Amino acid sequence: MPEEKNNEKIKVLIGKPGLDGHDVGVKVVARALIDAGFDVTYTGLRKSPDEIAQAARDTDADVIALSILSGSHIPLCQAMKQKIEEYQLSQKAWLVGGNIPKEDIEALKEIGVDGIFRTGSKLDDIVSFIREKVDERTA
Amino acid sequence: MNEQRKFDIPEIRNESGIAIKPIYTAEDVAASRIEEPGVPDGVGMPGQFPFTRGIHDMMYRKRPWTMRQYTGFANAADTNERFKYLIETGNTGLNVAFDLPTQCGHDSDDPLAAGEVGRVGMAIDTLKDMEVAFDGIDIQNITVSLTINGSASTMIAMYLAMAEKRGFDTTKLRGTCQNDILKEFVGRGTWIYPVEPSVKLVADTMEYCAEHAPFYSPVSVCGYHIRESGATPTEEMAYGFAIASAYFDEVLKRGLDIDDFAYRMSFNYNIFGQFFEQICKFRAGRRLWAKIVKNKYGAKDPKSMWLRMIAGGGGAGLTIEQPENNIMRGAYYALGCALSGAQTIALCCYDEAYTIPSPHAQQISIRTMQLLIEEMGLTDTVDPLAGSYYVETLTNEMEEEMVRIMDEIEEKGGIVKMIAEGELQSHVSRQAYQHQRDLESGEVRKIGVNCHEVEEEDPQVEMHPYNVKDTEEQVRRLNEIKASRDQSAVSSALTKVKQAAVDGTNTMPAIMEAVTAYATVGEIRHELESVYGRFEEPIRF
Repeated sequence: MPEEKNNEKIKVLIGKPGLDGHDVGVKVVARALIDAGFDVTYTGLRKSPDEIAQAARDTDADVIALSILSGSHIPLCQAMKQKIEEYQLSQKAWLVGGNIPKEDIEALKEIGVDGIFRTGSKLDDIVSFIREKVDERTA
Repeated sequence: MNEQRKFDIPEIRNESGIAIKPIYTAEDVAASRIEEPGVPDGVGMPGQFPFTRGIHDMMYRKRPWTMRQYTGFANAADTNERFKYLIETGNTGLNVAFDLPTQCGHDSDDPLAAGEVGRVGMAIDTLKDMEVAFDGIDIQNITVSLTINGSASTMIAMYLAMAEKRGFDTTKLRGTCQNDILKEFVGRGTWIYPVEPSVKLVADTMEYCAEHAPFYSPVSVCGYHIRESGATPTEEMAYGFAIASAYFDEVLKRGLDIDDFAYRMSFNYNIFGQFFEQICKFRAGRRLWAKIVKNKYGAKDPKSMWLRMIAGGGGAGLTIEQPENNIMRGAYYALGCALSGAQTIALCCYDEAYTIPSPHAQQISIRTMQLLIEEMGLTDTVDPLAGSYYVETLTNEMEEEMVRIMDEIEEKGGIVKMIAEGELQSHVSRQAYQHQRDLESGEVRKIGVNCHEVEEEDPQVEMHPYNVKDTEEQVRRLNEIKASRDQSAVSSALTKVKQAAVDGTNTMPAIMEAVTAYATVGEIRHELESVYGRFEEPIRF
């Protein structure tokens, strides 16, 4: 199992962009990441991409994870991409989870999302993905 | 415990934590009976207090449940077409989905609405949209349920104004609005204002409707979404009753008598989970609610004691894997609702883990319910499971458990406090996490997810199309309305909305005036928010 970088906790910023209020999944994932030993900050509902990017910068997060179940993932991730560039956060791992049709996976990857976790994803897979990504980037 | 040893088999508990025995007898029924004056067997007759067996004496024998499939997308015109399709297919009521900007009080041209207009429901900006949405639909006979909470008072006002314009007598008009803001803080998340003024707005609608639209149900309390967020079935009922009581208390403070408004309270409960547990949940809940309204609130009118409910949904029970299995799940859910004595059923659709249901998926759900009515004899006799040793015992035990949970809520300072401080949210989300862990470890069996899996080709699910042109069109219409309305009437009404909020008087008369002058959802929200502020979500794990 890869060591966490500098023996410090991996910092994850979880955001809920847009107006979608379905937060069962995001809270479940947050708990799983906390249990995995990560340092988790959750923004709460209805944050703009700008607020999320700022929070990622301010918390010095290694990972930005977004939860979107409304179907608005493409426009929201496009807006998020702009903010990631604006705040120079491109080196951070970027995950998106939620109700995402298979057809949209490629489009999200093209925007720059590193990991896409659709409904039905396993918590442990999310945890290992984050460990690997952060490891890769800090190696 | 002794019983388990006697049977020498592993213990089984249902989701509510109640131990299930392999065999029940009349002794179990007698031992678990809950004493209630005037109800010698603890159960009673259908249509009579405490309504264990149903709120009406003849139940479905007189009229089957209302079939109220949930729908709405894009704009009012497109949704109107789907409404008509569903009515032709057999829907006997409508259950309206609004887009997120409307639910959160933003107009379609608000920057915060970008990418979300018409996405998960239809966009409503002004009364004009409401008029288009129900054009040509007989809303006195096809009753309409508005699934909206944060901006519910504005939607109720628009609905009543639309009905009036079309010549319906609102003092006779039936219909329902979800308008249960307390549960939005726990699940679903379309809150706007802080907890206290949010509850006040709900009470405003109840007080207003008691006088002006006495057959309209301004609130449908939803244990449903709290269940989806991780609550057990008994918690689902108990939390719902605690929330309904919080609204009652707020209205009673204004000097109304319980029998002036309690009879219009309605409830929305979920059906996914173990079959008998849900049926007993409904029977126990119906009885407990009747006792609460009679004994705690002193209601005299039996109608005030009715647990009138829409049951169904069950999205959390569906799987993205092997989606056709969801058709079978839906059939059992519908059967469970029918055996529970629900007034209305809204059945999930097999494709809803993927998309807004297609017309075909909606038709399958409606046919599922029609099969029970037309072919299976589910409407022939009232509460057919009554007298079953198992069902009566479990009904008793679940009622007892609900009472225990309600006492616990009281000890913790009441449901409003628990929600404002995030305690309830934290509790149910911990359970949701445990459930997910149990699913992943196989502790809880879920077909297609952790057992009986198959290598699947991409399931053939027809995805609902989303057209950005609809947004542009919606914004164009909004601008058209804004240009043609009497601006001074709008401004004057909006000033009154704000003033009512400042004074703490009922906001509904001013909101009625504002919507009638074609003020927008966003304008009204803006006035209220300028006084009430915005809810700040407590983040607790």
